[in-house]
Amino acid sequence: MRTYTLRCSPFFVYEKGVFIFYQDYGREVDALIQLRHLHKSYQVQGKTIPALTGIDLSIEQGEIYGIIGHSGAGKSTLIRCINLLERPTSGEVIVDGVDLTKLDEGKLQEKRRAIGMIFQHFNLLSSSTVGENVAFPLKLAKRPKAEIDKKVNELLKLVGLEAHKDKYPSQLSGGQKQRVGIARALANDPKVLLCDEATSALDPQTTNSILALLLDINRKLGLTIVLITHEMHVIRSICDRVGVIDGGKIVESGNVLDVFLRPKHPTTQEFVEQVADSTELREAVEHEKASGNRTIARVTFLGEKTYQPILFQTMQETGTVFSILQGTISRMKDTPYGQLVIELEGDVAQNQKTIETLRQRGLEVEVI
Amino acid sequence: MDWTFENVDWAEIGEGTMDTLTMLGFSTLFTVLIGLPLGIILFLTSRGQLLQNRTFYMIASFVVNVLRSVPFIILMILLIPVTKMIVGTSLGVLGAIPPLVFGAAPFFARLVETSLREIDKGVIEAAQSMGASNWQIVWNVLLPESRSGLIAGITITTVTLVSYTAMSGVIGGGGLGDLAIRYGYQRFQTDVMIVTVVILLVMVQILQSLGDRLVLKFSRK
Ligand SMILES: Nc1ncnc2c1ncn2[C@@H]1O[C@H](COP(=O)(O)OP(=O)(O)OP(=O)(O)O)[C@@H](O)[C@H]1O
Ligand SMILES: [Mg+2]
Repeated sequence: MRTYTLRCSPFFVYEKGVFIFYQDYGREVDALIQLRHLHKSYQVQGKTIPALTGIDLSIEQGEIYGIIGHSGAGKSTLIRCINLLERPTSGEVIVDGVDLTKLDEGKLQEKRRAIGMIFQHFNLLSSSTVGENVAFPLKLAKRPKAEIDKKVNELLKLVGLEAHKDKYPSQLSGGQKQRVGIARALANDPKVLLCDEATSALDPQTTNSILALLLDINRKLGLTIVLITHEMHVIRSICDRVGVIDGGKIVESGNVLDVFLRPKHPTTQEFVEQVADSTELREAVEHEKASGNRTIARVTFLGEKTYQPILFQTMQETGTVFSILQGTISRMKDTPYGQLVIELEGDVAQNQKTIETLRQRGLEVEVI
Repeated sequence: MDWTFENVDWAEIGEGTMDTLTMLGFSTLFTVLIGLPLGIILFLTSRGQLLQNRTFYMIASFVVNVLRSVPFIILMILLIPVTKMIVGTSLGVLGAIPPLVFGAAPFFARLVETSLREIDKGVIEAAQSMGASNWQIVWNVLLPESRSGLIAGITITTVTLVSYTAMSGVIGGGGLGDLAIRYGYQRFQTDVMIVTVVILLVMVQILQSLGDRLVLKFSRK
């Protein structure tokens, strides 16, 4: 099964001090993971509790796909369906061309070796050392001892824990435990890494270091990563695409940048507010609107335009006076972006003309 | 009460101690050999576990409860025909072992089940996500992860078996219990009774502190 994705807009990526321009191109990609019409319900005391109600999702080779949702939305259920820790009530789970729901127990166990998983609470073997924990999946796969030793050392190096090989999990910090979890999940050279709230038990700083490690692994090994989280910060830091799950359904999905800058579904908007402190903005906008007939607009800059003085030049040319109500300049994974909420103080016709000019010069302007 | 121990035949005491240790050793061995798999099966077939099977669990659980609720002394008497069938006699050291095992294995199985329940379900799930078979999960996750709990369970079981072996003296089971009953109780030789009790006490003390030390050694929490 193939899917064809077209990355529509050209975009800039800021890497090693230079902007690289990515041309429009149609890519033909094998979707590595495809979930089709996935339904899952639980039976609790004779009652049916629906957890997933029709999930259709394609995740491509090499991308980092984030799934975000509130508590009880079905995130864990969804990610656990990908390696069939949870068997869906109906639907297909196709990983690397094979529908896992159709496999017998033995074949499924074999397939699971190609799907690594890390957990919120790490789930390490408390009676084994760090080295033994990382060796565990290799031991299960009955690999020769010499190969196991070599691989364990490599992996510990990758996650920066060489010095802790002989410690027990109880002697490690949360971040270190998760690194062990990551090394263990990578032992069988999986194609996919599933992360079930992998950073939710960690403090912000440790979260960032684990996210950086995941991004590094994704780039070095070309590993496809699926992660679930309830934090928009995690999505913004490392994901390429995002799906928002609510009530067992994907209610919005797309490139992180698009979803982030133009959230449509109310749930998505809530998550975006997590990182954009928009409540203050809403208050400011309402206050301004109440006080007169003024134009308030949200201007979005992407890529290289973020750092160009387009706004200022345009305003100067048209002679418009404006004030900034709120502003962010930040980065979404690799792409810098900026968003300003401005208030134009000219008359309506002039403001309209200014906005047109800004749009012509490649900025996105939305009147609010 | 006199403290001269004039009735004590130390050679007989030595023999009795050896008999008790023999009973204890073999009954502990067979209790673990039977109780451990039974405990694992109870755990695996219980609700929400890998081999969840309600009917099987209910039946196995019922049998275990029955064996556990019958007082040991009555179990011993009830089991006489079975014992004769298994080892050919219901007397002496040999005849004492089957009832000891029948009495202690269900008890130990429950202890095994309880310590397996202590294992974080996430760890089992992690192993599953790595493609572990159920066998591999038992060998590589359940047993190592519950190691210290299992050792504690074996300790408790062995200590319980010490008192059971003494009780088996009542139906001619041999060992220190036999001496205590024959001399201490039936012939009012209190000194023999005291000596046997002290030896049993020392045994329990040694077993318990050995067990505690092993638990500590294997505990990684
Ligand atoms: N084993 C189970 N038995 C019954 N109901 C379940 C079970 N697991 C999940 N559910 C239900 O399914 C729904 C989705 O649960 P899920 O664990 O996937 O949510 P989540 O998005 O991961 O939430 P959280 O952020 O709190 O982890 C919830 O309504 C939950 O109560
Ligand atoms: Mg969850």
